[in-house]
Amino acid sequence: MHQSKLMETGVGLFVALGLMSLFFLAMQVSNLADVTGDAKGYRITARFQNVGSLKVRATVSMAGVRVGRVSSIRFDKESYEAVVDLMIDPQFDTIPSDTTATILTQGLLGEQYVGLSPGAESDYLKEGDKIDLTQSAMVLEQVISRFLFSKAEGGGAQPGGVAEPAKPEPVAPEPAPAVPASEPAADPADAGVTGTAPEPSPAGAVR
Amino acid sequence: MTANLPDDDVLVSIRDLVFYHGERKIFDGVDLDFRKGRVTAIMGPSGTGKTTLLKLIGGQLRPHRGTIVVDSRDVHRLGTTELYELRKRMGMLFQSGALLTDLSVFENVAFPLREHTRLPEPVIRSLVLMKLHAVGLRGARDLKPSQLSGGMARRVALARAIALDPMMILYDEPFTGQDPISMGVLVKLIRDLNRELGLTSIVVSHDVKETLTIADYAYLISGGQVVGEGTPSAIAASDSPWIRQFVHGDADGPVPFHYPAPDYRADLLGAATGRGH
Amino acid sequence: MADPFQRLGRFTLGALQKLGRALFFMAHVWLGTVDLVLRPRLVISQMFFLGVMSVLIVAVSGLFVGMVLGLQGYNVLSDFGAEQTLGVMVAASLVRELGPVVTALLFSGRAGSALTAEIGLMKTTEQLAGMEMMAVDPLRRVVAPRFFAGVASMPLLAALFSMVGVMGGYFVGVGLLGVDEGAFWSQMTAKIDFYDDVVNGVIKSAVFGVIVTWIAVYEGYDAVPTAEGVSRATTRSVVYSAFAVLGSDFVLTALMFGDH
Repeated sequence: MHQSKLMETGVGLFVALGLMSLFFLAMQVSNLADVTGDAKGYRITARFQNVGSLKVRATVSMAGVRVGRVSSIRFDKESYEAVVDLMIDPQFDTIPSDTTATILTQGLLGEQYVGLSPGAESDYLKEGDKIDLTQSAMVLEQVISRFLFSKAEGGGAQPGGVAEPAKPEPVAPEPAPAVPASEPAADPADAGVTGTAPEPSPAGAVR
Repeated sequence: MTANLPDDDVLVSIRDLVFYHGERKIFDGVDLDFRKGRVTAIMGPSGTGKTTLLKLIGGQLRPHRGTIVVDSRDVHRLGTTELYELRKRMGMLFQSGALLTDLSVFENVAFPLREHTRLPEPVIRSLVLMKLHAVGLRGARDLKPSQLSGGMARRVALARAIALDPMMILYDEPFTGQDPISMGVLVKLIRDLNRELGLTSIVVSHDVKETLTIADYAYLISGGQVVGEGTPSAIAASDSPWIRQFVHGDADGPVPFHYPAPDYRADLLGAATGRGH
Repeated sequence: MADPFQRLGRFTLGALQKLGRALFFMAHVWLGTVDLVLRPRLVISQMFFLGVMSVLIVAVSGLFVGMVLGLQGYNVLSDFGAEQTLGVMVAASLVRELGPVVTALLFSGRAGSALTAEIGLMKTTEQLAGMEMMAVDPLRRVVAPRFFAGVASMPLLAALFSMVGVMGGYFVGVGLLGVDEGAFWSQMTAKIDFYDDVVNGVIKSAVFGVIVTWIAVYEGYDAVPTAEGVSRATTRSVVYSAFAVLGSDFVLTALMFGDH
C-alpha cells in the first residue's frame, strides 16, 4: 500500500509540472500578462480617417516607450471615422491634452502601432478624454500617387506634406510621414520606402 | 437420450445446441443435463469444442440454435445486467488460471469481492484468507502470479472462483499438463469443494483417469454429438466402440489412426519409379 | 485483371468495418466514465504509468528540439538581420506545432505501444475473458481508466515540451549566440497570443491525446490473441497513430491558423 502513496505523489507532481508549464507558456511566452494586466489604466479616445492595419492590443507608445495599448477599434456610422480607444497605463498620467496620435509602422514591414507626440498644454489627459490631433495610417498607394502628382507639378511640395487635409496638421516633425518630395528619390518606390520609415522603430522596447 | 430427471434437480439444461465456428459445425443438436450438487464431466478428443461449451454456458458465445437454461434462466435471452448477475453466481476456472498479472495472489482473490460487494476491508481480508486456506495457499498470499507454478496458479484461480460463493463452477481442462502431485491436489480440491459447498461442478477434460475418479456422471462428445454418457462405472463397462477406444486410449478404433490417404503400396511404388508424389 | 480492384474494395470495406467497431468500442468506453468518477484511483495509477513515466523522454526531447530551433533559427534569421526575433520563432514553432505533434509521436511510441501490448497480452492470457466471467466489464475496468489517463496526460506533456524547448532556445540563442535577452522575451510576449497560440496548442494536444490513446487501446483489444498477433498490433498502433496525428495536425492547423 505504500507503493500507492508514492504513485499518487508522483502523479500529483506530474500534474503540477504540467500546469506549471502551461502557466509559464501563458505568462512568459504569450501576451496573457498584457491582456489581463490592464484592468487598471485610463481610457482615452482618438478618431482617425484611416487606421490602416492597426489591430486591437497593438502598442501605444510615446518617445518610443510603451505606455499602453489599443483596447478597441470601432466605426462611427455618422462621421464615417474610425474611433480608437487607447488604454493608457496609470503611471503615465502627464500626457498633455494637445498630444497628437499617429498610426505608425514598426520597421519596414512590421505591425502598426499608435505613436503619441506630446503637445505643450499643461492640462493632462484623463479617463474619457479625447485626443483631437490625429494623423491616420499612411496608405502606400496614396503616398506614391501624391509623389508622382507633385513631381508632375514641378517639384516643390510642402514639407510636412498633406496626409489628410480634413485634419489639422501637427507641426511636430517626428511622426510626420510624408516627406517624399524633400528627399532626392530616384523613383517612387524609394519615396514610399523612405516615407514609411520616419523614426527608429521601438520594436525592441515595446514591452 | 438423457434420463428424465425431475426439473428442480437440474441446474443447467442444454437442448438441441447447434454452434458453428466459421464453417465448421462444432455442435450438432446436443442435449445435456447437469444435476445440482453433482460433478458432471464432459470428455472427448481435443478440438471437439469443449471449451466452447463452457463459453456458451457462460453467455460469452451465442448458439446458432438451441437453448441453454441455467437455474431456470435462458442465458441468451437475458439482458446485460441480468447476465452479469447470473455470472456472479458462476465461477469459472480457466485453463491457464487467467489471474490478473499485475495483482498479488491476495488481491486476485479479493478482486471479485472488491468489485461486487461493499464489504469493509477487514471482512474481505478474512474471506480471502479463508478461501486461500481452502485451497492450501494461504501462505502464498503476497506472491505475484509470475512467481507461481502452473498448479499453484490454478489453485489461486480456484480460490478466486469460489470467492463469491457461487452455485456452480466450470472447470476448463483443470488437469492438463500437471505433474501427478498437483493433479492429485486438484482432484481432491474439486471433489471436496463440491461436497462441502454444495456446488454443481462441470468439468471439461480429456484426462480420462482423473476425471472419472471424481465425476458422478459423464458425457462423451465427438464429432459434434454425444456419443456416450453415464456414470463412471457404466462407462467403464460400456461396449460402445467409441467409448472403449476413448477410455482405454486405443490408438486405433472409431477414431482412425491414419489420416485419409491413398493406398500405401501404390504410394511407395509410385515414388520408387520416380514419378513425383 | 479485376483483382487489384477487388482487393482494394475488400481492403476499404475492411477498413470501414474496423472504424465502425472502433467507434462502438469508444462509445462503450465512454459509458464507463461514471464509474471512474467514483473510483479515481484507477485513473491515477494509469496516469502514473503513462504520464509520469513519459516525462523524462518528453523533457529531454523538448530540450534538444528547442536548442536546435535556436541554432537553426539564428542561421536563417541572421540573413535578414532579424536575429532579435529568435524568441518569437522558437516559441511559435514549439507552442503551435512541435509541442503538440512531437509529444504525441513520442507518447505514441512510448506509452501507446505499452498500452497496446498490455491489453493485447491480457487478451491472450484470457484475463479479459476471466473478468467477463466474473461479471466485471473489462472495457470499464481496464480500458476506460487507461484511455482517460492518456487523454489527461497529453496536454500536460505537450506544455512541458514547449516550456523546456523555449528554455533550450533561450540557452542557445541568448547564452551562446548573443541574442539580446530583453529582445528575446519581449518580442516573444508581444507576438505570441495566449488565445490564438497557447490555447490552440493545448486543444491540439488534447485532440492528439484522444487519437493516440484510442488507437492504442483499440489495437490492443482487437489484437489476435497470439504472440505474433500482439506484436503486430503494437506496430500497427504506433504507425496508425503517427498517420492520424500528422493528418489531423494539418486539418487543425488549417482551421486554427488558416485565416489569421
